[in-house]
Amino acid sequence: MGEVVDILLAVSFWVAAVRIATPLIFGTLGELICERAGVLNLGIEGIFTVGAMTGWMAVYQGMGLWGGVLVAVGVGMGFGLLHAGFTVGLGVSQHVTGIGITLLASSAAYFTYRTVLPDVTSPPRIEPFEPIAIPVLVDIPLIGPALFNQTALTYLAFVSVIVTAWVLYRTPLGLAVRAVGENPAAAEAQGISVVAVRTGAVAVGSGFMALGGAFLTMSAFNAFFFEMVGGRGWICIALVVFASWQPGKALLGAFLFGAFDAFQVRLQQSIGAAIPYQVFLMLPYLLSILALILVSRRAAYPRALMVPYRKGER
Amino acid sequence: MRLEPRESTGLALRVGAPASAIVAALLLAAIPLGFAGVSLIAAYYEMFNGALGSVFALTETLTRATPLILTGLAVTAAFRAKLWNIGAEGQLYAGALAAVVIASYAWSSSPFVMIPAMMVAGAAAGAALLLVPTLLKTKLGVDEVVTTLLLNFVMLLFVSMMVEGPLQDPMSMGWPQSEPIVDEAVLPTLVARTRLHAGLIIALVAAILLSLLINRTRWGLEMRAVGANADAARFAGMKIGRVMVMTAVISGGLAGLAGVSEVAGVRGYVTLDLSPGYGYAGIVVAMLAQLSALGVVISAIFIAAVFVGADSMGRAMGVSSYLADLIVALSLLTMLVAGLVARYRIRWA
Amino acid sequence: MTLTDAAPVLRLTGITKRFGPLVANNAVNLHLGRGEVLALLGENGAGKSTLMSILFGHYTADEGTVEVANESGSLTPLRAGSPAAALEAGVGMVHQHFTLADNLSVLDNITLGTEGLWRAFQSRAAARRRLNTLMEDSGLTVPLERPVGNLSVGEQQRTEILKALYRGVRILVLDEPTAVLTPQEVNQLFDTLRRLTEHGLSIIFISHKLDEVTAISDRVAILRSGVMVGERETKSVDRGELAELMVGHAVELHGRDPQPRGDEVARLDTVSVPGPRGGVDLKEADLTLCEREIVGIAGVSGNGQGALAALLSGLAHPSDGSFDLFGSPVSRFDAGGFVADGVGRIPEDRHRDGTVGDMTVWENAILETYRDSANQRAGWVRIGAARDHAKRLIEAFDVRCPGPDAPIRLLSGGNMQKLIIGRVLENKPRLIIANQPTRGLDIGAVAFVQDRLLEAKRQGAAILLISEDLDELFQIADRLAVIHGGHLSEAKPTEDLTKRQVGLMMAGEGQGAHAA
Repeated sequence: MGEVVDILLAVSFWVAAVRIATPLIFGTLGELICERAGVLNLGIEGIFTVGAMTGWMAVYQGMGLWGGVLVAVGVGMGFGLLHAGFTVGLGVSQHVTGIGITLLASSAAYFTYRTVLPDVTSPPRIEPFEPIAIPVLVDIPLIGPALFNQTALTYLAFVSVIVTAWVLYRTPLGLAVRAVGENPAAAEAQGISVVAVRTGAVAVGSGFMALGGAFLTMSAFNAFFFEMVGGRGWICIALVVFASWQPGKALLGAFLFGAFDAFQVRLQQSIGAAIPYQVFLMLPYLLSILALILVSRRAAYPRALMVPYRKGER
Repeated sequence: MRLEPRESTGLALRVGAPASAIVAALLLAAIPLGFAGVSLIAAYYEMFNGALGSVFALTETLTRATPLILTGLAVTAAFRAKLWNIGAEGQLYAGALAAVVIASYAWSSSPFVMIPAMMVAGAAAGAALLLVPTLLKTKLGVDEVVTTLLLNFVMLLFVSMMVEGPLQDPMSMGWPQSEPIVDEAVLPTLVARTRLHAGLIIALVAAILLSLLINRTRWGLEMRAVGANADAARFAGMKIGRVMVMTAVISGGLAGLAGVSEVAGVRGYVTLDLSPGYGYAGIVVAMLAQLSALGVVISAIFIAAVFVGADSMGRAMGVSSYLADLIVALSLLTMLVAGLVARYRIRWA
Repeated sequence: MTLTDAAPVLRLTGITKRFGPLVANNAVNLHLGRGEVLALLGENGAGKSTLMSILFGHYTADEGTVEVANESGSLTPLRAGSPAAALEAGVGMVHQHFTLADNLSVLDNITLGTEGLWRAFQSRAAARRRLNTLMEDSGLTVPLERPVGNLSVGEQQRTEILKALYRGVRILVLDEPTAVLTPQEVNQLFDTLRRLTEHGLSIIFISHKLDEVTAISDRVAILRSGVMVGERETKSVDRGELAELMVGHAVELHGRDPQPRGDEVARLDTVSVPGPRGGVDLKEADLTLCEREIVGIAGVSGNGQGALAALLSGLAHPSDGSFDLFGSPVSRFDAGGFVADGVGRIPEDRHRDGTVGDMTVWENAILETYRDSANQRAGWVRIGAARDHAKRLIEAFDVRCPGPDAPIRLLSGGNMQKLIIGRVLENKPRLIIANQPTRGLDIGAVAFVQDRLLEAKRQGAAILLISEDLDELFQIADRLAVIHGGHLSEAKPTEDLTKRQVGLMMAGEGQGAHAA
């Protein structure tokens, strides 16, 4: 027990929890926006990967950190538009298209990386985003350094949650997004273009996913590795369900997940070799499945999620 | 633009749609090839030659096609009943591990006992892995897409744990590699001095059996009815949960067999790179075949040819072998469009 | 007063619309005057909804023009294929199936799309003020903050009309608005519509019910098979003429044909059943069904019919009470077992529950009986036998289709229903549960279905007929019960009841009938 308390009282644990949570916040928010508009985006895993690679690559090629962020978001939105073209424009299976986008985006990322850097053996590093301490707030014990001594991208994630919640619940645009996800025919009858709103939501959501990937290479690991996304996209999809499609709860879910993940890493270090390390690595995935099971009974899906809408279909 | 359902899809469209999807995907591959700065004509020639240009190339392609047929069939069975099994990759590893557990020790001297036992164990392991998300879906309403995907990662870590732990080969000098299977369990080679093995026969038989099951039996009728309209199936008195479980056993079992075939036919042991994504490619194979069990054989051979051809071209011209994955992904997306054209008439209004 | 001379606010000229080989509208002309109520009369499938969907921009016409009067009163062409343009021009539509998002509030549903999407916040307070005024003026009251899914059907319809009024529409199209209402609610709706026309609103009222058309409209336009076959002033037309114009020939109606009631087939004793898909529960229902009789269940849909039908079809089990079938208590609730025991089921929704659209006609023909030894042997489907069976059904029940191997989704609703009826009757059922068996069918198909049910009754079957159509129930049911809010009234001989009584009970008023 003493070990557990030690872990929980260490500042480094809380800092790590927030760092682990950040890409999940971006990804969960992105998936949430897509699904609120009625589109399941299984391209998330691939968009994470391509966001991670292109953001890193842009910085490596000298475009600066914010230039890298812009590139990653742009490329992510591009893949989002492709997903929307298939699922919203043509109305084909969201499941299969999403898997296709993931395969395409990740293989495009790997192919590009290998083609640009054919001979490197150890991945080149970049200068990442530096933590910025927010005066006064950072002095709060435990919470201060965890929440207010992070990099610009983490702050951007916090702001994104607030902005997304505001847009969804307080603006006509958000009402339109929720309406096309609940009953597209109703939205169309009120003069709203379902195709435009859904396409826009998927593009913006995919941009957030790419940001999540960019965080990995530009703020966490400082380099691009193969398979580095490691299922974070799929975990975000589980988190969206866990969060009942609400941005605030998505933030909470990502934090809980980050804390758990940081905890298991530290527990693994303190317990040592008694339990194979793979068991600890499995925990995040098993936790996601457990989260899905816990909320499954009361999951209130957007009514039109995964239902393609074709105008004038009969 | 408007889509009007076609009254029937003629044979020309049913064959033409995947064929044109494949051509489109290969043409789109010119973009990454151009990016890599190689001569397009030479690249395509090398790819074709590497995949189909010699007897050896052909046997390599068929060797690669064997697991793809099995995972393609696994996806076909599941998708027919709208069980979204994206976990064939994990089920493949489950089958491979079970094969090693059963066959790393020669408890029988007869291959006619060892090989079937290994197949049954592998299929059972794959089926068991898919049963978990299936039961979560039917009993609790947990979406199976995410759970099957996540279980792929869990399974791969489990394999890693096994090949570094209880199942590690003592002779591997610390390398994460399982004990080998005994000679009595190795699948015979079909063409001398090549890697082509009897797993191909198993895969072909599986394709024929699955085709018969889906199209000719009451169980296939149930799977198709549940997949196409679960409400009507329930109204007609079908037990949705039971049909889903049956589908999961078939689908997971086929994916498990893919793992058995790779271990017993190609590798002889399990490592963490046993499958370069055969489970995910199975989705592409099944979609290219438009969920036809016999069509899976042809589309698996095509996808295998892409893998083998791109590998060989990559080695010859210094192009990353991820090109193969790119073409496979492109084929899936172009096939979605082609499938739409096959089912709908597109009207511009 | 005739209003046809009033300045037109809408003119449709030469509208033609094809769906593949089907011509849904053929060179249709139509105009509408200010403050006029125009009834658009036609059978199901005559092309009424298609025509209105073109007006509203859901479909684009292959030929023809739509013109709508602008603010100054002159007719200007409407941009095709754009609901937004139709709304802009002052055309509003209340669809038969409401276009409301259940999880959003009434206010959100109404204001959706009325503000620029890029504004930083919604002006909810202003919207609420305007709506309160509108509700007062029109007499349509709805709780604005409630999610639409929690409202009654009548309230949902009011929300739909308010949605149009909030947008300041000058032309309101109502597509079969009375189908979901009780007779009393229909009268309320008509009062509201009259009030609205006095304020200058022009209304197109789509219906296939002659009495409603003559009650509310100033003028009637009749569509048949996509062609405008006539236009009459309402006050100078008789119903017989309208009926003939609508159908194209005189229609023979079936009588009740009473038979000596036979043995008891099914008995419900204070049975309660939870509603399927979160619908209304059936509460402590008593009901007996006997050979050689049709028992009708009247009621506005969504009042517990779903639970009753699910119970008798073997799809749901009771939470309370006892249920005897063919003389013994039911122990296993299993749809396949019910079919095998001789229960025939005609589902409410033939597309959702009755057929698998992507499967062939022959596969659908054996969908309930594929386990029988006639259709399978050791698991192998006897395809030849099943196809022959389907061919016999196609022949005997006059199912118009390309053949037994065609996917059933290609069939019209009527032919689909004929195949389902054939599938049920070929099994020689002793009990038939017919849930809305004639809904959405044209008159010819309706007559066919009713005829077959009467024939089955003569041959000894007990039939439970659940219907929203009072005319149908009074025509062929021997006994009638009313379902409201999950409560089932006692079934009484039809001749002892009047439509007015039944209408009141459907609205939940007439409790006395339950005790009697």
